[in-house]
Amino acid sequence: MSAPGQPRLRTLVATVEDVPGVLNRVASLFRRRNYNIASLTVGASEVPGLSRLTVVVSCDDATAARLEANLWKLVDVVAVDELAAADVVERDLALIKVKADHTQRALVVQAAELFAARVVDVAPTELTIEIAAPRQRIDDLRAVLEPFGVIAMVRTGAVAMARAGVGAAVPQPPRAASGA
Amino acid sequence: MTAAAATATAAAPTPAPATRTGAEMIWEVLVQEGVEVVFGYPGGAIMPAYDALPRYPVRHVLVRHEQGAAHMADGYARASGRVGVAVATSGPGATNLVTGIATAMLDSVPVVFITGQVSSALLGSDAFQETDVTGVTLPITKHNWLVTRAEEIGPVLREAFAVAKSGRPGPVLVDITKDAQQASCAFDPADRRVARPPRPRPARGATADALARAVALIDRAEQPLILAGHGIVAAGAAAELAAFVARTGVPVASTLLGLGGFPATDPRALGMMGMHGEAWVNRAVQDADLLIALGMRFDDRVTGNLATFAPRARKIHVDLDPSEIGKNVAVDVAIVDDVRQVLAALTPRCRPAERAAWMAAIEAGKGDSAVRDIQQLPDTGKLHAAHVLHDLWRLTEGRAVVVTDVGQHQMWEAQYYKHDHPRGLVTSGGLGTMGFALPAAIGARFARPDAEVWVVAGDGGFQMTAAELSTCAQEDLKVNIAIINNGYLGMVRQWQELFYGGRYVATPMRSPDFVKLAEAHGLTGLRVTRRAEVAGAVAAARAAAGTVVIDFRVEAEDSVYPMVPSGADLGDMIRRPLRSRLIETGADDELTEEPPR
Repeated sequence: MSAPGQPRLRTLVATVEDVPGVLNRVASLFRRRNYNIASLTVGASEVPGLSRLTVVVSCDDATAARLEANLWKLVDVVAVDELAAADVVERDLALIKVKADHTQRALVVQAAELFAARVVDVAPTELTIEIAAPRQRIDDLRAVLEPFGVIAMVRTGAVAMARAGVGAAVPQPPRAASGA
Repeated sequence: MTAAAATATAAAPTPAPATRTGAEMIWEVLVQEGVEVVFGYPGGAIMPAYDALPRYPVRHVLVRHEQGAAHMADGYARASGRVGVAVATSGPGATNLVTGIATAMLDSVPVVFITGQVSSALLGSDAFQETDVTGVTLPITKHNWLVTRAEEIGPVLREAFAVAKSGRPGPVLVDITKDAQQASCAFDPADRRVARPPRPRPARGATADALARAVALIDRAEQPLILAGHGIVAAGAAAELAAFVARTGVPVASTLLGLGGFPATDPRALGMMGMHGEAWVNRAVQDADLLIALGMRFDDRVTGNLATFAPRARKIHVDLDPSEIGKNVAVDVAIVDDVRQVLAALTPRCRPAERAAWMAAIEAGKGDSAVRDIQQLPDTGKLHAAHVLHDLWRLTEGRAVVVTDVGQHQMWEAQYYKHDHPRGLVTSGGLGTMGFALPAAIGARFARPDAEVWVVAGDGGFQMTAAELSTCAQEDLKVNIAIINNGYLGMVRQWQELFYGGRYVATPMRSPDFVKLAEAHGLTGLRVTRRAEVAGAVAAARAAAGTVVIDFRVEAEDSVYPMVPSGADLGDMIRRPLRSRLIETGADDELTEEPPR
């Protein structure tokens, strides 16, 4: 655990209305307040009409508190939670295309298996590996594959939720009338 | 018949049909929201709305540039505390609003902007006069909406008003496509639904613990100081602040936008702090052992160098917006709540105190500042802006609504016009928008029909929106305009003098003859070149029925003192020179010379 004044990566989950422009509003906030985003993902939540954003951002404690307050000021934001590192299930999905001709293929597949990654596409001289894992494990796999020749990589950015039994990340609708 | 007469005599909406066009719905909602006047400029994409306007009891003020409409709605809101409304068409009409929207955003002013947009089928096609206005204004509005269906107009506009005035107020924009204005849909006048009711927000509020810690700090402090900001005015907390000060004896320094939130003539009022605050006021900030920041945000113009700001002081910060806490200055006690309620809660809990020693120390800090004050000069025949503002304050008994532009005159106004009442000063603080004064004063004119409204502007800023003189003439408005004319972009010239080796690059400015300019608009113009003429001109302006422009030809190279250079320590001020070249030449006999140009 780093000191409160030191920047560190942290994961915020925001539940937002699924309306046009909402991603733009969140991204604009990060840009104009000069926050340093590591990743930002958005997708459907369990509630129709609500989407869930996962933001990984590097900042100190005070900045994180203001970021959370700034997110709450967006009219389309329904809930904001910073997930404590110990209580988070976090996954990043990556597709990694690697050089692998017949001399290397077995070694590459073996490396993928060590990371519980799957080979999802194979061609005579290259193959594509899929991995869903915490960020660091994907970085590690990439490092292991690098000597074979990484041709391309695409990542989704982290999605995260609180671990089962660690409290609801989302206040549930219906909406109550109360001032912003 | 003028447009104003047409709208003023319009009948109430006819109740018969159960349907309305989208255009009609705009005005229905505005009337529901209590809007009596809007400021705007028509154009293709907003024409259906304008066509419906005469059927509703809403006065429309035709501006000369949409920036003027934005500032008018802003000035209306600042002078009244109600929501201002500005209307423009798509494309250039909407983009011309941008400066005014940002001005309102930086100073947390509730304004609803309504813009026309090309028809929904054309959206995204680069159609004539199409601009992505919700995209352009996203970072400078509290929220904005694009409305493409008539059914959405009512609920979205009602939500827009709610968002603009709730919590920390701010501007919002509703962009309505032309086809949504033209389409009809069912209408129920009793339906007051908003598009989306407010979502619950984390309960913050003043906790008993935070209040107790604040009270303990206040009771224990020996040299406490209140920093009163715009929040006092916006929250209507002037009476609560006065009660708090009366009980606790804590003196009050104000931000520019906080002026008027506490009576300037109260013995515990120190006036403005910050870059152009009096040196002894900033000294008090630096010497304080407790700062009680009320509805202010520790702007860099207030704090100077943050690293050396009020080093001895514990800090209590009361603000409605949690994202302001700790943004610029770390605080010991943060209370996120309405400042009016917080003060009402704090006052009875605090121990009564006089703080005579602290007040004496502050008084002693004044030193020779009064002697250095330009007001103390004998009347040498020269005209200083300080004279004009001081005389204006005296002659209007401090009761005018003064609307300033941005620059030297704005600081002189803050120093020499003593505001005893909230909403008596309307000025662009956060964005510092030149050209704000005249249109904002027109808005204030409608907000405060019984008040005397004065514009105080520089020769540079005035020319940015001088076309609105034409609006004054067409709408038959009474606004008094004091142009502090020194032939320079004065504040920039002052910085060039102090920090750029006296190189006056692009700051000398030749202006039109402002007297003739006024006359060209059918208004009255006066010129004043000597102090002895100030009172007569002010009296003439006050007595005249219509708008009067007074061209005050003040000393060309006068500077605003004291001054904390940008980024310097608050205690490190450039003081007024005891003997300046200006003062020495003032002792000469050439009393009738024209001011240097």
